[in-house]
Amino acid sequence: MMIGTDFWVYFAARPLIWIVVTLAVFSIANLVYQRANRLPILHPVLISMALLIVILLITGTPYETYFSGAQFIHFLLGPATVALAIPMFQYFDEIRRLWLPILVSSTVGALVASLSAVAVAWLFDARLETMMSVAPKSVTSPIAMGIAEKIGGLPSLAAALVLVTGVLGSILVPMILKRMRVEDQAVKGFVLGLTSHGFGTAVALEVGTVAGAFAGLAMGLTGLLTAFLLPIVIG
Amino acid sequence: MIQGFLILLAFQLLGELLVVVFALPLPGPVIGLVLLLASLLGLGRIPDSLKKTSDGLLSNLALLFIPAGVGLILHFDLLASEWWIILLALLVSTVVATLVTAALFQWLMSRVGGEK
Repeated sequence: MMIGTDFWVYFAARPLIWIVVTLAVFSIANLVYQRANRLPILHPVLISMALLIVILLITGTPYETYFSGAQFIHFLLGPATVALAIPMFQYFDEIRRLWLPILVSSTVGALVASLSAVAVAWLFDARLETMMSVAPKSVTSPIAMGIAEKIGGLPSLAAALVLVTGVLGSILVPMILKRMRVEDQAVKGFVLGLTSHGFGTAVALEVGTVAGAFAGLAMGLTGLLTAFLLPIVIG
Repeated sequence: MIQGFLILLAFQLLGELLVVVFALPLPGPVIGLVLLLASLLGLGRIPDSLKKTSDGLLSNLALLFIPAGVGLILHFDLLASEWWIILLALLVSTVVATLVTAALFQWLMSRVGGEK
């Protein structure tokens, strides 16, 4: 037993184990998701997050220790964001043809996404910091944290809410679009990227590359527009 | 592979650099994305190595959000009192924004679509 504990203490402090655990949990979650015919509520990101949080709580591992390993996965978000230029380039003619619908819909959509969330929080007497942390929830997390700080929210809470929004969106948006009988890949991708930033874009890429291109575009525009408009509207 | 990764990282670095120099309110990778898109449009094609690397990254995009997502664990105290308001706000706004954006985008697209 002593040997087992020492073994654990040694490896739990190495970055490697948390990369391995993250990848293993994600692989299992993916397998479950495929077996369950891609049931939205079993989205691998949601299951992985829940499982990993439980693992950290059970083993009493601080998030900092976990992140010292998982940061190597997290780091790839930067180059992956840059890589979204590739699907956008591939469908650039389509994007250029639709520039007006894209611009109008993303402006309206970004404001609706943000203000409707603030309105609900205000209706139920949430604290001001909560309301201002909810406001940038549809924006990709690095931009959202900056916005929250600017308008008097809590950047770290905002980042967490962005992730919850992403999970909710990747479950809800495909269901709603199905009900609305939306078939067009461009529309699917656009709405996913606008409401659920990178999470939505990941889901859109599963739909197809056209959806992925429009999702990446919508994510970028929502981030830009919210960053410019929200401080003005709320002020 | 290496070449493709180098291109992505170089554009990200360039993006981060511009953000610092011009105090832009945007994250470096987003600027990097715009610069890479502009370069590809100038070049007129996608280099093979870049295509391979970016396909690999983008097909596993969901995985990359997990480390940050687990960070939710840091906010359990904060969420304890107002979690249901927050959840309701996120749910309602996701549904409303999806309905409005999908309807508006589809309608505008059908109006532009005639010129296809």
